[in-house]
Amino acid sequence: MSFHPNEVARRGRIASFVLIAIFGALGARFFSMQILQHSAYVLQSDKNRLNEIPLPAPRGVIYDRTGQVIAENVPGYTVSILPQRRDSLPVVLDRMARLVPLSPDEHAATMRRYRQSAPLPAVVFSNATFEVVSILEEHRVEFPGLIIQSVPKRHYPDSSAASAFVGYTSEINEQELAARVDSGYRPGQQIGKSGLEFEYEAQLRGRDGTRFLEVNASGRVVREAGVRAVLAPEAGPALRTNIDMDLQRFVAKLFGDSLIGAAIALDPTTGGVLALHSAPAYDPNRFIGGVSEAYYERLRTDRRNPMYNKAVQGAYAPGSTWKLATAIMALERGVVRLNERMPVQCDGGYTFGNRRFRCWDRAGHGNVTLREALAKSCDVYFYQLGLRLGLDSIAAAGTRMLFGDRTGIDLSPESRSSFPPGQDSALYKYYVDRFRASWWRGQQDGEPLNLAIGQGANSQTVVNMARFYTALASDGYAAKPEIVARDPQRTKIFQLTPEQTEALRVAMTEVLSERGTAGSAAIRGVPFAGKTGTAQNPQDPTRDHGWFVGFAPTNEPKVVVAVLLEFGQHGYLAARVAARIVEHYLKASVAVPSTTGQ
Amino acid sequence: MHSRRFAITDWQLVTIACALSAFGIAMLYSAGQVERTTAFAGLWRTQLQWLVLGMGIAFAVSRASPRLIELMAVPVYVISIVLLLALMLGLGSGAGTAESTKSWLTIGGRRLGQPSELAKIAVVLMLAKTLTSRRETPNSLMDLWKPTVVVGIPWVLVMSQPDLGTAMVLVGLYFAMLYWTGASWRLLLLVASPGISLVLAFSTELWGAWFLLLLALLFMGRKKPYIVDAAVIIVANLVLGVGAPRMWDSLKDYQKDRLIVFLNPEKDARAAGYNIIQSQVAIGSGGWFGKGYTQGTQKRLSFLPQHHTDFIFPVIGEELGFAGVMAGLGGLCLLLLRAVRIATRSLDPFTGIVAFGLASGWFVHVIVNIGMTVGLMPITGIPLPFFSYGGSFMLACWISVGLLVRISAAGRGRADAFAI
Repeated sequence: MSFHPNEVARRGRIASFVLIAIFGALGARFFSMQILQHSAYVLQSDKNRLNEIPLPAPRGVIYDRTGQVIAENVPGYTVSILPQRRDSLPVVLDRMARLVPLSPDEHAATMRRYRQSAPLPAVVFSNATFEVVSILEEHRVEFPGLIIQSVPKRHYPDSSAASAFVGYTSEINEQELAARVDSGYRPGQQIGKSGLEFEYEAQLRGRDGTRFLEVNASGRVVREAGVRAVLAPEAGPALRTNIDMDLQRFVAKLFGDSLIGAAIALDPTTGGVLALHSAPAYDPNRFIGGVSEAYYERLRTDRRNPMYNKAVQGAYAPGSTWKLATAIMALERGVVRLNERMPVQCDGGYTFGNRRFRCWDRAGHGNVTLREALAKSCDVYFYQLGLRLGLDSIAAAGTRMLFGDRTGIDLSPESRSSFPPGQDSALYKYYVDRFRASWWRGQQDGEPLNLAIGQGANSQTVVNMARFYTALASDGYAAKPEIVARDPQRTKIFQLTPEQTEALRVAMTEVLSERGTAGSAAIRGVPFAGKTGTAQNPQDPTRDHGWFVGFAPTNEPKVVVAVLLEFGQHGYLAARVAARIVEHYLKASVAVPSTTGQ
Repeated sequence: MHSRRFAITDWQLVTIACALSAFGIAMLYSAGQVERTTAFAGLWRTQLQWLVLGMGIAFAVSRASPRLIELMAVPVYVISIVLLLALMLGLGSGAGTAESTKSWLTIGGRRLGQPSELAKIAVVLMLAKTLTSRRETPNSLMDLWKPTVVVGIPWVLVMSQPDLGTAMVLVGLYFAMLYWTGASWRLLLLVASPGISLVLAFSTELWGAWFLLLLALLFMGRKKPYIVDAAVIIVANLVLGVGAPRMWDSLKDYQKDRLIVFLNPEKDARAAGYNIIQSQVAIGSGGWFGKGYTQGTQKRLSFLPQHHTDFIFPVIGEELGFAGVMAGLGGLCLLLLRAVRIATRSLDPFTGIVAFGLASGWFVHVIVNIGMTVGLMPITGIPLPFFSYGGSFMLACWISVGLLVRISAAGRGRADAFAI
């Protein structure tokens, strides 16, 4: 055994060297972790202790043209839970259910939200009452991860009066969440579901803020304030609309709960939507923070279809309101003169081939001019105009007059109006084949007759008919309907001489005289022009839909009104509704109209 | 005589040990400062009492003569074996997270201490005595049977508690002390070979290569191979190499977890890997100068587990940063270098081996504990000398200091001549 001092010193040196080498390696490891990878570990340490609590931004306020509030925010409460562990959430919810009403549905919804957004707190009540909040606040110690937040809640002061265009917000669903995964939406959040709330969601939602809670290893909230600066939420910018809320309220009241249908009032020069209503309406306030099962079921099963927007979604045969289009086409092509009478007089019907096409008035209108035919809505006169025009020319002109299109109004979903396509359209051949060859023999050439009186393969939305009449109210310029105020977009859709325009207006004014179809709808002191219509109802042939589209004052139009009454039988009922709307609008905007026209 | 001894007290060693103890108590105080105050907040006071007691015993030990120390080796060894046996016979109990183990001597429900701490010192003394009783350097396996038995008995008892940490320390002591007696690298490798086989057994190719190397080592470069040695080594390697997978199956689940998690902490980040990950996050988030004394968030919010005992070093890393870590590591390194220096200066083989044995015991503690906190070592539940909370361990550490002071005083040259 060698313990010679030199030998021992050598062993000591080796041992010391190994010692220093290993400590050096440890030190290097610490250097790498604490200095080189410092930021990654800091991030992880912050992620450990900081829980992000989203602060919902107030949605942008929606105003009408005079600054009246259509949609605003009121204080509301949300109740969320930050579970300590995944499996503790059901237990916490059960405990909560003993204190406050918590339905099994809400229980399941909370679990679903938590699964979707695990590190974030799970929303239990997105619209809690003050009572629920105070009960939970009292028992706060029993709920370690309880977060009660005061959040802005959407409110519609006029409730159902504005529902047709403003829409509503509600909790985001799974499909919406999946589609917007990159835009910062979270489960339990409110999102615009329809109307302007849906259309302008990106703008209205604003930017959510964040606040940080410090939690310990078991998920308990240790500190609420001052952990890290709060990122304040940014409210969405206000939305200014063309709507005239006074008129809108009046329209909604006019329809009440008894009339079914839609009404639109447009500013003919800008296309600004002054009022847009679909009846029956629903109450958008009841959707905020989750609609009740019962209310939703009631809306869903109501046969009058309250959730269906009859102003932009419903497409109806335009009926006689469309005769103005036939008249314009015929005048533009020069196939008829203003005072021209047709070879076949109206005796209550018109025989074409082996088929009899009836006039709506069995008594017949006799020998009439274009003006009289319009005022009395004589079908026989227009059958002959249709024949003079021919299918191709009606299709081409109709397409040019935008009858086969959406208006592009900022209100989704808008249905496409349908009309036989013009010769330059890809669908043209299909239509020609359908109506010329494979159509039932005896009827094959009858299509121009049907189209000429607004029947046949022609269905129009209320908003599209209103747009067409803005062109009649100006000199051929159709204005795109816009709810939110912005630059008007107008399209020239026909070209008439001033005399022709004037003559059509006179004819339309006569509609509202004793000689016309809607004499009872005349407004005292206001020259009012328009056209009634009756649309065949495919669901129920005995109960037609009634139309009226018109504008006033005739010489200097300030408003175009389109009204459709489902099961309204005949247009004069719709005309009376339209007259009330016009009257209300004009009396409110200009004290008394000074026009002295006919 | 008395005054002369006092004059040659190894003040450098004592200063380093005092500084480490003070640092340790300060960190233990910080470890108690959490968001929701627990009973652990007052542990630093208890630890301070143990420190004072330990220093007192160390002073007494430093006054004993080397021959008295050598004489005490057998009785101390016997006592510690008896105590370890007593643990097995029903006097042992677990504590804290290791509830099912039997490392605490418990009489009448009172936990008196952890005999394995005493056993470490006893083994150092006994092994030193055994190794020096022979006048020759151990040269073959046959020469090693006595030392192996001396370490093997407490090793088996400790393993059956089970206390993997102490078992590792005993193995470390064994090899370190053999090295200090001058055993050849070749012999040490042969002794270690069954263990190496055990590890390599999981890859047949690696194990095969290792086995060929071993055969070469056994029969080459020797004029007269030791047949019995060779047979024992080959059989041991074969048994362990082939039997390893079966031994793996016999491990407790938590032991398997620890090994698996050591190899891949992310595998089970919430459960078994949690400790390693949170420890590394605490250390890494400290940066150059840390989050401030008592301000570590990982610790305050209890993400860092067992921050009073096994995971106290990450508290330093988190709150005092790289600077604090360097101070801690530097202090421990100086302590060990000083102990090695004392071993080289000692005039007789026994005290030299004791000094080196004590140093190597600390070394295993430090490397395994700190290595575990940075993910370089598996989690074995081994405390950090002078830092981790624990009465028996604090006493053991200061008794070691006392022994080293005594050995230093009897050594060659000036005690405070500082050199490697």
